[in-house]
Amino acid sequence: MGSVMSFGLNCFKGKEKEETRRLKANDREFNQQYNYATNAIKTSKYNVFTFLPLNLFEQFQRIANAYFLFLLILQVIPQISSLSWFTTVVPLVLVLAITAAKDASDDINRHRSDRKVNNRKVVLLSNGELKDEKWMNVQVGDIIKLENNKFVTADLLLLSSSESLNLVYIETAELDGETNLKVRQALTITGDMGGDKDTLAAFDGVVDCEAPNNRLDRFTGTLTYNGQKYSLDNEKILLRGCTLRNTEWCFGLVIFAGQDTKLMMNCGKATFKRTSVDRMMNILVLCIFVLLAIMCIILAVGNGIWEQQEENFTTFLPRQDGVNAAFSGFLTFWSYIIILNTVVPISLYVSVEIIRLGNSFYIDWDRKMYYARSDTPAEARTTTLNEELGQIKYIFSDKTGTLTQNIMTFNKCSINGKSYGDVFDIDGQRLEITEETEKVDFSYNPLADPKFSFCDHSLVEAVKLGKPEVHNFFRLLSLCHTAMAEEKSEGNLLYQAQSPDEGALVTATRNFGFVFRSRTPEMITVMEMGIQRNYDLLAILDFNNVRKRMSVIVRSPEGKLSLYCKGADTIVYERLHESCKRLMDVTTEHLNEFAGDGLRTLVMAYRDLEEGYIEDWKQRYDEASTALDDREEKLDELYEEIEKDMLLLGATGIEDKLQDGVSQTIEQLSKADIKIWVLTGDKQETAENIGYACNMLREEMNDIFIVAGNSAEEVKEELRAACLKMKPDSNNDDVTIAKGILGKKLKVVEDEPVNGEYGLVINGHSLAYALEKPMELELLRTACMCKTVICCRVTPLQKAQVVQLVKKYKRAVTLAIGDGANDVSMIRAAHIGVGISGQEGMQAVLSSDFSFAQFRFLQRLLLVHGRWSYLRMCKFLRYFFYKNFTFTFVHFWYAFFCGFSAQTVYDEWFITLYNLVYTALPVLGMSLFDQDVNDRWSFQYPQLYVPGQRNMYFSKGTFAACVVHSIYSSLVVFFIPYAAMYNTVRNDGKDVADYQSFALLAQTCLLIAVCIQLGLEMNYWTAVTHFFVWGSLAIYFAITFTMYSNGMFLIFTSAFPFIGVARNTLNQANVWLTILLTTILCVLPVVAYRFLLMQLQPTINDKVRFKVRQTKASPPPPPRRTRIRRTSTRRSGYAFSHAQGYGDLMTSKRFLRRPPAGRTAAFSPPSRSTGFLPTSRSAGYSPTGRQPNHAQAETSLEMYRAVREA
Amino acid sequence: MKSQQAANRPDNTAFTQQRLPAWQPMLSAHFVIPGFLLIGMAFIGIGVALYITSQNIQVLEKDYTGTGQYTACSECADMQTIPCICNVTFSLTTLFTGPVFLYYGLSNYYQNYRKYQVSRDDVQLWGDVTKSPADACAPYQYIDNKPIAPCGSIANSMFNDTFSLYQIINGTMKLVPLDGKGIAWWTDYNIKFRNPSAQGSLQDAFNGTMKPVNWSKPAYELNPSDMNDNGFLNQDFLVWMRTAALPDFQKLYRRITSGDYALGLPPGDYVLQIEYNYAVKDFGRKKVVFSNVTWMGGKNEFLGVAYIVVGSLCLVMSVVMLVVYAKYKFADENA
Repeated sequence: MGSVMSFGLNCFKGKEKEETRRLKANDREFNQQYNYATNAIKTSKYNVFTFLPLNLFEQFQRIANAYFLFLLILQVIPQISSLSWFTTVVPLVLVLAITAAKDASDDINRHRSDRKVNNRKVVLLSNGELKDEKWMNVQVGDIIKLENNKFVTADLLLLSSSESLNLVYIETAELDGETNLKVRQALTITGDMGGDKDTLAAFDGVVDCEAPNNRLDRFTGTLTYNGQKYSLDNEKILLRGCTLRNTEWCFGLVIFAGQDTKLMMNCGKATFKRTSVDRMMNILVLCIFVLLAIMCIILAVGNGIWEQQEENFTTFLPRQDGVNAAFSGFLTFWSYIIILNTVVPISLYVSVEIIRLGNSFYIDWDRKMYYARSDTPAEARTTTLNEELGQIKYIFSDKTGTLTQNIMTFNKCSINGKSYGDVFDIDGQRLEITEETEKVDFSYNPLADPKFSFCDHSLVEAVKLGKPEVHNFFRLLSLCHTAMAEEKSEGNLLYQAQSPDEGALVTATRNFGFVFRSRTPEMITVMEMGIQRNYDLLAILDFNNVRKRMSVIVRSPEGKLSLYCKGADTIVYERLHESCKRLMDVTTEHLNEFAGDGLRTLVMAYRDLEEGYIEDWKQRYDEASTALDDREEKLDELYEEIEKDMLLLGATGIEDKLQDGVSQTIEQLSKADIKIWVLTGDKQETAENIGYACNMLREEMNDIFIVAGNSAEEVKEELRAACLKMKPDSNNDDVTIAKGILGKKLKVVEDEPVNGEYGLVINGHSLAYALEKPMELELLRTACMCKTVICCRVTPLQKAQVVQLVKKYKRAVTLAIGDGANDVSMIRAAHIGVGISGQEGMQAVLSSDFSFAQFRFLQRLLLVHGRWSYLRMCKFLRYFFYKNFTFTFVHFWYAFFCGFSAQTVYDEWFITLYNLVYTALPVLGMSLFDQDVNDRWSFQYPQLYVPGQRNMYFSKGTFAACVVHSIYSSLVVFFIPYAAMYNTVRNDGKDVADYQSFALLAQTCLLIAVCIQLGLEMNYWTAVTHFFVWGSLAIYFAITFTMYSNGMFLIFTSAFPFIGVARNTLNQANVWLTILLTTILCVLPVVAYRFLLMQLQPTINDKVRFKVRQTKASPPPPPRRTRIRRTSTRRSGYAFSHAQGYGDLMTSKRFLRRPPAGRTAAFSPPSRSTGFLPTSRSAGYSPTGRQPNHAQAETSLEMYRAVREA
Repeated sequence: MKSQQAANRPDNTAFTQQRLPAWQPMLSAHFVIPGFLLIGMAFIGIGVALYITSQNIQVLEKDYTGTGQYTACSECADMQTIPCICNVTFSLTTLFTGPVFLYYGLSNYYQNYRKYQVSRDDVQLWGDVTKSPADACAPYQYIDNKPIAPCGSIANSMFNDTFSLYQIINGTMKLVPLDGKGIAWWTDYNIKFRNPSAQGSLQDAFNGTMKPVNWSKPAYELNPSDMNDNGFLNQDFLVWMRTAALPDFQKLYRRITSGDYALGLPPGDYVLQIEYNYAVKDFGRKKVVFSNVTWMGGKNEFLGVAYIVVGSLCLVMSVVMLVVYAKYKFADENA
């Protein structure tokens, strides 16, 4: 009912969908005519009275449950009923009860949280009075007052705040996961009302705005007040779910409430993911239905014929009136539908869910996927996708924060032709820097950052010796940047930098004794070796993407004028003075070395300037910066003019730290035949560099294609060329597509083998063309031929498109892994989304299926957990179908000997309990505990992963094999007892070939045979599995003897008519001999077949298991890898953020306009542990460059911008 | 502090870390080939024992349907005269070792037909004749609104031929005593079936019920010679009510255990006098069977043969596997 109701509601809504919204402040009557949603939210589905009907209705929408309900109805019809009602009711009730209990507990939680949210208190302005009100009673058009650290009640238009300039600070963690504060500012016209109750109560502005929607980063509307129109945008809106920070109070006008808020609109249901095994199972269930129908038709026809032929038997069994042979056949059809229902096992779905849940718990519990430093365990957020983890073929990985830690460390530098940063032993051998390497002691510097570490003592010596070049070098670094310093207490410095690179440089400089302490628009204060010096800041020649450098012009306390410049080597080299030629050569060598180590490099240079020249220049500069047209060009010209003839100081090497074990993980995964594509918003150089650093790109690769075309034709050409180079004989005209049987639907691009290893780097621009319809196949084909694919500068949307492209044309399972909000789309798009639960927001984690703290855990997730889950699930399914088919087919054979009368072979209680009790636990035990080889061997042989990718353990083929196997087993289970019991008697001459004895014999044979078959499937017999298997057999005999005992018959007179069968039958030698024969005949052929198969065509699995057996020990520890050194001509790394710098803001004086209180709030809100967080991807570090419509673009530096625009 | 830091650290147990100690069997040659060999030899041994035992069982079958290739009792087959008595004669050349069991066998008789098999009322048979019989008994539920006891098709179709055996000694017929006691299961006689209880005789207990349509006598008069063998506890009735699993079946009729025949039927000529009441010729056949039993029950050659065949196959397979193993023995080259 629930869905019908809500569906109805949706339809209703659809008819008068809000186009725009109009509301009037403080006028409930006016607003009521539109029937806007109130602020009460309801996420719960049921209440006490509706729970049972609604939940049952929902459950019966599931096909399996509905089918069983249908069976139940059939069973009520006496002419058809071939089984007692309890055979269906007991399992059905059990399944329904388990599901209902789960739903109920979920809903109770939802109720609880709803109630909690709805009853939160808020201050409401009502008739000029402030009064406490519950959240649920807030309505659109109300004015409410929020206080510090309170959740925003609804989507509000900010009217006024306690802070100057009507600013408020909000934290949006709950909304988009970002932890940094954002600024909102009210219109001046409303802000002027301040906190005056009367004015606010009299406020009668009318807001016209967009209809409720789920876009968090956009709002358009107008406010009409006092006859004037003001435009409203997102900067003036507080969204429900945010938290007010560092703001004493603010007033807001409710615009969207309750269900209409953007938060709730965003809570839309996440795409429901199904695993390929699920899809497979659905197809198989359909096949099974067909099989069932065929069997029933055969038996029904058989019954019709039997009725015709054996008409004379009616002497003893009169027909009912009006039932002729044909009608009897028809009834028999339905009777057999009931009897053979066990081929579509109701317990299958429940068992599958239990197994997945169990395997998810293993992921949660795994200590080897627990990251101690942040106390984060791995988490399986979706518990229904486990086995798909064992089938991954493509991994799409984000770079920053996923492969890298997003921590920059100052590793090396080259000053005046001497390289620092390496540690050598006595023989001059370069040593690897490890945790144990002795660190430089910075205690001489009271302002040093204790977290900074550096190992080369010679640099400190050089600083202490006061070498002028070295001092100049660090002076440059301490002056030439746009970082902000904040000194909470004496000596406790915190830097806020635009990019982590810059933060790393300033921090390093600080430690070496050149401490950047504070800045004003005109002055930079630096402690140089303990002496405070104030430099006049004359100009900041800011960074942009074209210039790739930044400079400052400063006047030293002595009055010396200098220009300090840092930038990309190629750019800076062009502007050096000729006299540096020799130094340039040496430095270039060092740069190559740095780049070879995967460091991001920067070159430093300076120039001394004349007072007179600079005055003239400064004047022109001021003119240019206020010019109305061509300002940029004019400034650029001026910059070019002054940044020349510089003298080289040296270079820095900053390490963009890879996460631990990234390259090793990637190597492992590629051994497992998993393809890894890196999709990053970062620039090409950085992405390439990381590609090298983590061994995805290698110098020895045959070729690395770089696709960076500016038009569709260019891109196409480049792709073609790459393709041709890899496979000269490849068809130039068209990408061949193997068409599936269903024609259009099943387009699959097959993998094409190529000789050699290739890499592909494609940038976002080209990708935009390449992802267009006509070219996407070209792209896919070329990309799939390459060993490594790196897409750089891609937008979040493109990330998702790439994933979808692969999903669409490759019959492969994809996994996307990322950590940021920009990865959400690809995480959602991929079959499996993995979130890195790092320091940045939770957005990626929240939309992911699995999350953990470190990229390297991915190999454990896939190679161990995924592989085992897949193995277990496949074994479970194969075995489950086997045991149920065997069970059911026996009925089919028996039909030929009981006149097709829908007589069951087994006792009805056995039928009821077979799936539920006798075989439930052993198979669960197998699917929760089984493993072929342990985790260490799984890592040792990543190839073990390949069968999963190829769907080898459970496919239509294996299913067919299962059916054949169970046909054989059922033939044995029926005909051996048949032949053994034919016309025979007990050893006292009494009956043993009676129906009940035969039933007991057959069911015992069946159960023992399937139990032993389970034992054959199982590779890993833990105490628990032993207990389950033997326990289940014991339980079977215990229950059987109990049910067939005198007592049970006397208590429930006719419920257990099999009284005495167990003890009269199971004391017979020939009965046991029959059981033995049946079991052996069921099992031995399988053993022989498997043994021979293993000898003749051993699988990788067999080989490894054999090896494990031989060594009987743990695998040898993986060789300690040493860092491969290489010198490279590839140099990346321009250590700046990609966004335009904030240079002009630094010098604009405007950022100091904020009063002291506000200022502290902006730079360091007392409540938050702030300052320069090197790990947070804050500070304009938008991976997508300047993406105006992307939420990520909003950062903590937003605060400055807000001021600037004020 | 430290414990707080590691608050989310998963427990380090063998279970949660999936490190439970386990036995990891593998189908290795050292295990499989000798296994097959052993099973093969054991099976052949068992098979030979079973086969010999089965061979030692003496069985004498006499079809007396009266139609087709067997003509015994053909005079009764048309069911014109009732009761019709016919004789089946046979002679034994050797001693038919006792105890000898006398069975009647029916073939193509679907006691396992579902509608037939459910057509009974276990509650009634447990002695409750006052309640209305179960619907499953229809159409043998009521006659003139009086419940039938015992109700249902099974009871109604109870086998009602009777046999008496004579040995012909010097032209005179010597009655071979047939023992009808305890031929049903102990549990059926003592637990599952019960006579209705009432003040007075058994007949009073059945008061208000009707006899099944096909029966000539009511339940309480089934065995006039033994008062305790009547009602629902009549041994023949009990045997009949234990329905057969397959359409060909035989049921125990009498044992020959007493008097001169305790050791068996001595060689000689015998006459089996049959009161031919039961009509099966339209769809099946009926027969009498004399048989003795051993520890493994009645005669069944299948089990012995099957064991020998399976055992031999195991031996063959073990040789095949040995050859394959020796030849291919998969190496662990860079597994």
